[in-house]
Amino acid sequence: MQLTEIRVAGFGGQGVILSAILLGKAASIYQGAYATMTQNFGPEARGGACSAQLVLSDSPVLYPYVTKPDIMVVMSQEAYVRFAPELKDGGTLIVEQDLVRVSDTNTNKNIQVYSIPATRIAEELGKRMVLNSVMVGFFTAVTHLLDADAVRKAVADSVPKSFLDLNLKAFERGLEFGAIALTAPPSTTDAELQLEYSPE
Amino acid sequence: MKADHCKADPRGVLTGTHFIDGDHACCEGALAAGARFAAGYPITPSTEVVERFASRVPTVGGTFIQMEDELAASITLQGAVWGGAKAFTVTSGPGFSLMMEHIGYAAMTETPCVFVDVQRGGPSTGLPTLPAQADMMQARWGSHGDYEIIALCPNSPQECFDLTIKAFNFAEEFRVPVMFMMDEVVGHMTEKVVIPPADQIEVFPRKHTHKSVEDYLPYGTNGGQVPEMAHAGEGYNFHVTGLTHDERGYPNMTPPVQDKLVRRLQNKIRAAADRISLFEEEQLEGADVVVVSYGITSRVAQRAIEAARKSGLRVGKLRLITAWPFPEKKIRELAAKVKSFVVPELNLGQMVREVERAAAGKARTFAVSHAGGGVHRPEDILKVIVEASRCQTA
Repeated sequence: MQLTEIRVAGFGGQGVILSAILLGKAASIYQGAYATMTQNFGPEARGGACSAQLVLSDSPVLYPYVTKPDIMVVMSQEAYVRFAPELKDGGTLIVEQDLVRVSDTNTNKNIQVYSIPATRIAEELGKRMVLNSVMVGFFTAVTHLLDADAVRKAVADSVPKSFLDLNLKAFERGLEFGAIALTAPPSTTDAELQLEYSPE
Repeated sequence: MKADHCKADPRGVLTGTHFIDGDHACCEGALAAGARFAAGYPITPSTEVVERFASRVPTVGGTFIQMEDELAASITLQGAVWGGAKAFTVTSGPGFSLMMEHIGYAAMTETPCVFVDVQRGGPSTGLPTLPAQADMMQARWGSHGDYEIIALCPNSPQECFDLTIKAFNFAEEFRVPVMFMMDEVVGHMTEKVVIPPADQIEVFPRKHTHKSVEDYLPYGTNGGQVPEMAHAGEGYNFHVTGLTHDERGYPNMTPPVQDKLVRRLQNKIRAAADRISLFEEEQLEGADVVVVSYGITSRVAQRAIEAARKSGLRVGKLRLITAWPFPEKKIRELAAKVKSFVVPELNLGQMVREVERAAAGKARTFAVSHAGGGVHRPEDILKVIVEASRCQTA
């Protein structure tokens, strides 16, 4: 794995930090790579802007911060507006479809956009809280950066035991959704997906 | 293994591979080293250390007390040490300032203990959630009078674990307060941390006296430099005071006793400086420029060093793991061979002055200062490396 910079952003309570921990753990503990995770959050426990930076590499990570992310996961419009401009040309943007509207201004950077209604899927599974496991599964499918098995193990040993099955189910749902998204025609905005999965 | 070392108590050792931040790793290091008491007052970015300790220590048999402030915390832990525990406290800049008086007390009374300072931007309340390395001189000189301490600087969560154990071991071996100088980035950065089995962790036990109550002198050294301890409640007579004291521990405020005591406090560290001074070196042989750094800055500097080497410059690296006692012998030897030193640090010039002092004009010294709140841009360090490689030797 070459040096890959990832930013995960949203608001507090969505499991932004845990998502980054799951991915970093999968890479560094279950896949033999190196991972460094740093986090920023406001003083609020829930609802404030929240972001995590994750650097993955085959060699030890020196510089701990993300400078020009290769991959960005955004789960709120605020995070999208704030962080999307720093995404690398040709980078990958993964969004929470119901919470982020991707504007066309990003298309000139040749950015690949993947969207998923992770919150809705989590709610269908019975608990909104597992949306981060859905997101992590989706991330695993569309980026091909990490082995699904490594991420599955990281999910399994990071969530509370009483929610283990639910989180693993959420992870698999995200993974499946990602596999389908990959077979769909490439899109640079999520307009089509917006229509397809619109709740109305 | 040296005979005076023993193995860690397995109850405190969370053997396994973890993905945790530096603060949590520091807590696990303290538990592995045998710390069973901490007193603290919460302050960002250090709180996670004691937060974890507070939840972990009851499971291994120990105590955490949240005190009313940092003055109380820094003296309570010393009471625990004299009661027989290995103890520490954790703070950041503003709290570290409040602890200075009691750091001097620990030095004077030779109370083995560890002060963890997760450095943030200052002065005063400064930048609570952002990094700096501006307490380095305070760690060395913050309390009044002549004394020596030991200070270690980890640059990763793994080192926060490994070096916390080392900090406790040094504290016990030399009966000295050890400053564990983390920074916000290292404290809040999450990486893989491997905690080995307890029987692979060496722990320096308390230097407890083997003498009888009649023969024991609390500050008698038997010709060595470090006295043996007895704990409160064991039947030994002892008197612990910050006043200048004789071998019995009683106040004796005469110049000869002061001279003997204060010189010994200094010499017990200075005489062992070569062994305490830990550093990591790379390509020093044939180097024109040596980059001296520590903590998070050493990782940022590594990027600049590698870029400079790619462009053909001969750049060596000296990473200080021990900041105090300062490895002046190493710098002095290097100064005779290299053109210059480059010292990036998250302050406006602290350890760079030590490098300059030890180099004594034989090599030039370039600071790469940063007021804190973030880390250097590697290109800023690279620029100074290039400049330093072109300079004429003094």
